[in-house]
Amino acid sequence: MHEFSLAQNIIEIVDDTLKQHGAHQAKEIELEIGTLSGVEISALEMALESLKPGTIIENTKVKLIITKAKAICRNCKNEYFPEDLFSPCPKCSGYGPEIISGKELLVKSIVAE
Amino acid sequence: MCDTCGCGSEHDSFTLHKVNETTEHVHEHRHDHENHHHSHTDVDKKVLNVETDILFKNNLLAERNRGFFEAKNIRVFNLVSSPGSGKTTLLEKLIEQLKPSMKVYVIEGDQQTSNDAKRIETAGANAIQINTGNGCHLDAHMINHAVKALDPEENSLLFIENVGNLICPALFDLGENTRVVIASTTEGEDKPLKYPGMFQSSQICVLNKIDLLPYLDFNPEKFIANLKKVVPGQPLFQLSAKTGKDLEKLTDKLLS
Repeated sequence: MHEFSLAQNIIEIVDDTLKQHGAHQAKEIELEIGTLSGVEISALEMALESLKPGTIIENTKVKLIITKAKAICRNCKNEYFPEDLFSPCPKCSGYGPEIISGKELLVKSIVAE
Repeated sequence: MCDTCGCGSEHDSFTLHKVNETTEHVHEHRHDHENHHHSHTDVDKKVLNVETDILFKNNLLAERNRGFFEAKNIRVFNLVSSPGSGKTTLLEKLIEQLKPSMKVYVIEGDQQTSNDAKRIETAGANAIQINTGNGCHLDAHMINHAVKALDPEENSLLFIENVGNLICPALFDLGENTRVVIASTTEGEDKPLKYPGMFQSSQICVLNKIDLLPYLDFNPEKFIANLKKVVPGQPLFQLSAKTGKDLEKLTDKLLS
């Protein structure tokens, strides 16, 4: 359940950012999570929900942007959307593509007030 | 706030144990908002573009660890596997082989007990145990503290035995030079497919317990084929830590 550690990191990032900007509340936060990031979305949501009480994000709406994985085959340069970390290229069946997106793990923005 | 490294995060508490020492450093971060003094002047609602990696602090600390290791010429290996793959036995054998030529240190990560650190010290390396409590992985912050307590000499080797778990440790850079993933013949041949994140984040793969092959249905060729699907070209060392078969190939690689 590394999602709990990640949720703690998120709270910390929000806390630090609000302080830096002299804001005291986060109305909404936007997270970007790639489908190949190694994060179980439902586990992260659960971790955030259970850690929320008593923290800076207690009353914050959490918006998740799920980024679909995109890869380029190293053999034939075909661009495709892998389902998992070892989906072969649909064109040449090559393995080990270059992942262009899908590994994102970001606090993207905070609506502060 | 942690007074050693100045970090202000609220990690799970963890404890460090040196073998044969009763002192332990309990490190617990608290996050208490009652003590915050916010200036309650009205601030307009605004969108702050943060774009910060959720693992940013861990990665920063990992780089700090890496810089320390580099300056002291300490080569660091992070050993990851599921529980029971034979990591500790492999470490005992590696220590036996390596200690005549180099000083070897070990950071042991487990949820509970100092059993592994004791085994390692018996094998002849200086060891420190991190008990992660409820944590399922080691992080760069824990390593930062453990290394300070271990105080390794220059020109040495440091092995970090991560918590037995093929999922969570994959995301956490510790500042190591090389991550070594260990599977064994008593597990399924599809381990690389089931836990691709861990295999992809590693630079070396070890298949342990090959001495048991005559008694098992495990087909190494299938394992190799699966590994190739997940990480084409990853160096694989098939060995038996118990009998020592082909262990020197791995030690040669680690020292190369």
